[in-house]
Amino acid sequence: MGKFILRRLGISLIIVFLVSLFAFSLMHILPGDPARLALGEEASEEDVQALREELNLDKPLPVQYWLWIKGLFTGDMGYSIIYNRSVKEMLTEKIPRTLSLGIPSLIISSVLGITFGVLSAIKRGKWIDQLITFLATLGAGTPVFWIGIILMYFFGVKLRILPISGWTSPAVDFTKYVRQALMPVFCLSLHLTASISRQTRANMLDVVNQDYIRTCRANGINERSVIFRHALRNTLIPIITIIALQIRQVIGGSLMVEQVFNIPGIGLMVKQGIMGRDYLVVQSSVLIISLVTTVCNVFVDILYGLVNPQIRKSWG
Amino acid sequence: MNEKKDYLLEVKNLRTSFFTSNGEVKAVNNVSFHVNRGEVVAIVGESGCGKSVTQMSIMQLVQSPPGKILGGEVNFNGKNLLKYGPNSKEMRSIRGNKIAMIFQEPMTALDPVMTIGAQLVEVIRTHRKVSKKEALVIAEKALDSVGIPDAKARLSNYPFEMSGGMRQRAMIATAVACESELLIADEPTTALDVTTQAQVMELLVDIVHKRNMSLIIVTHNLGVVNRYADRIYVMYAGHVVEQGTTEQILKHPNHPYTEGLLASVPKLEEEVGEKLVPIPGTPPNLTDIPDICPFIPRCRYACDKCRNSVMPPLERTGESGRYLACYVDIHADDVNEVKDNG
Repeated sequence: MGKFILRRLGISLIIVFLVSLFAFSLMHILPGDPARLALGEEASEEDVQALREELNLDKPLPVQYWLWIKGLFTGDMGYSIIYNRSVKEMLTEKIPRTLSLGIPSLIISSVLGITFGVLSAIKRGKWIDQLITFLATLGAGTPVFWIGIILMYFFGVKLRILPISGWTSPAVDFTKYVRQALMPVFCLSLHLTASISRQTRANMLDVVNQDYIRTCRANGINERSVIFRHALRNTLIPIITIIALQIRQVIGGSLMVEQVFNIPGIGLMVKQGIMGRDYLVVQSSVLIISLVTTVCNVFVDILYGLVNPQIRKSWG
Repeated sequence: MNEKKDYLLEVKNLRTSFFTSNGEVKAVNNVSFHVNRGEVVAIVGESGCGKSVTQMSIMQLVQSPPGKILGGEVNFNGKNLLKYGPNSKEMRSIRGNKIAMIFQEPMTALDPVMTIGAQLVEVIRTHRKVSKKEALVIAEKALDSVGIPDAKARLSNYPFEMSGGMRQRAMIATAVACESELLIADEPTTALDVTTQAQVMELLVDIVHKRNMSLIIVTHNLGVVNRYADRIYVMYAGHVVEQGTTEQILKHPNHPYTEGLLASVPKLEEEVGEKLVPIPGTPPNLTDIPDICPFIPRCRYACDKCRNSVMPPLERTGESGRYLACYVDIHADDVNEVKDNG
């Protein structure tokens, strides 16, 4: 198992390296001069040139890349040219905000999605299955920004029972955090709940027709154990993949939701960074997001092994 | 003497249908048979003749919908199991306990994410009030008795770490562990390679004889039947068409279908180059089938009486214990035989 984890971490390192190259290249391919944008149209050519030199933008690209990476290893992610703050400081501030919405939505959609999926599968064809199927299709087909605005209008403007937007740290005022987070978390969970429940239903229906489920029944095992001990475990193995694919959103934030509900998280920060050619903000955040995502994926792979002995045994 | 009391299992007029969008498929149509204690009974027939559905009906494991047991009796130890619902506690306490069942596909018949030991313990503890530790001891003994070497170590193996033959043995071990009275083996060796087939069959019959269990083998392999079965029921299109001891049936088939079945099997004593005789035509579609002998279109003895009468009932013939559902005496001198049916 140790060897397996080491190998997976090695692969992750390569992925993160490629992402760093990619993020760096993209930011430098984009048209527009960061120094000019930072100083504005009125600034003199000398001032712009001076800033370029200060930011090392006049150096060849490989040198710039090297300087960026070197900085990262010493804990220096660079400075935002728009906000004039260190990127590290900005990330430390914004990551908790994004996580405070992403993690609850991941948990909620996993629990609800699996519950609905199982319910739907064991009551196949009954009204509850049809209701869940209808809601899941609706959920998967509804654009997040649209439902966000509708919710805001309904609960925030009409009924006035929830705050329209904003974010408060749960450590500062938990009740306020919950009230503000309700709608964004709902929006974040909507698609995921829908797709997990559809996938769980399909897997479950496939699994209950397997020979080993027939064996369980032929052995007199009660239906509850057949479903929860045998069928569910086999159903969940592919579901882990779907949930794992959402980890990026949990860390990287959802631009749509952060934009609609005006939550100053990672998504919004990266978007503003791209608009303002704030290249170090974008490069470093993309790199951090990809680093955390790949590390999480290693954990997911380990999780696979825990639920699927065949994978576990293949690790040696 | 009342012979009836000795039956371990008696199936009477069992009818199971599947209701599909194309109509009612009469998979099991008035099937009756019995199994004595300590007896090995073979149910023989082509694919789709209803032999497996009959067994699934005994266990009430027919998937519903679309399947439904429409009528009949399944008397096991004198109690009609059909009185209990498919999900009832009574039925569950029969399944895997009094009546064990093993299936065609050992590769997929065990839960892939649980160890063999855990699966055996689960079944044992479903039916016996024992601790986990005691159940493990029973499981180990059972694995050992079905010829799995190093049983203790095998308990912590997952199904994918075992060969098909080993998995089938593990399935048989369930029956041993729960001291089942009846074992239903639905094509137990079809998916195994030939050498393993023989081993598994020997093991099955050995276990059954040693423990005074009864065995139903569902198969289309007449070699297996010849070697191991005491009595045979031949099924065609949802009906039992002939019944008798293995010797009676295999040496002197009375039903045209049985005769055709036997003629299509290669024999060692046959001369090289001699052609096998297939049964012409294909088995009938069982959807909305009329109540006449379903074998008529493929039968070379079919006469006007057959075509104008209802399905012949399974009736006792001259020989003891022998039954036949056919209007024609195929051994009679004046039988009107169509020589070339192809």
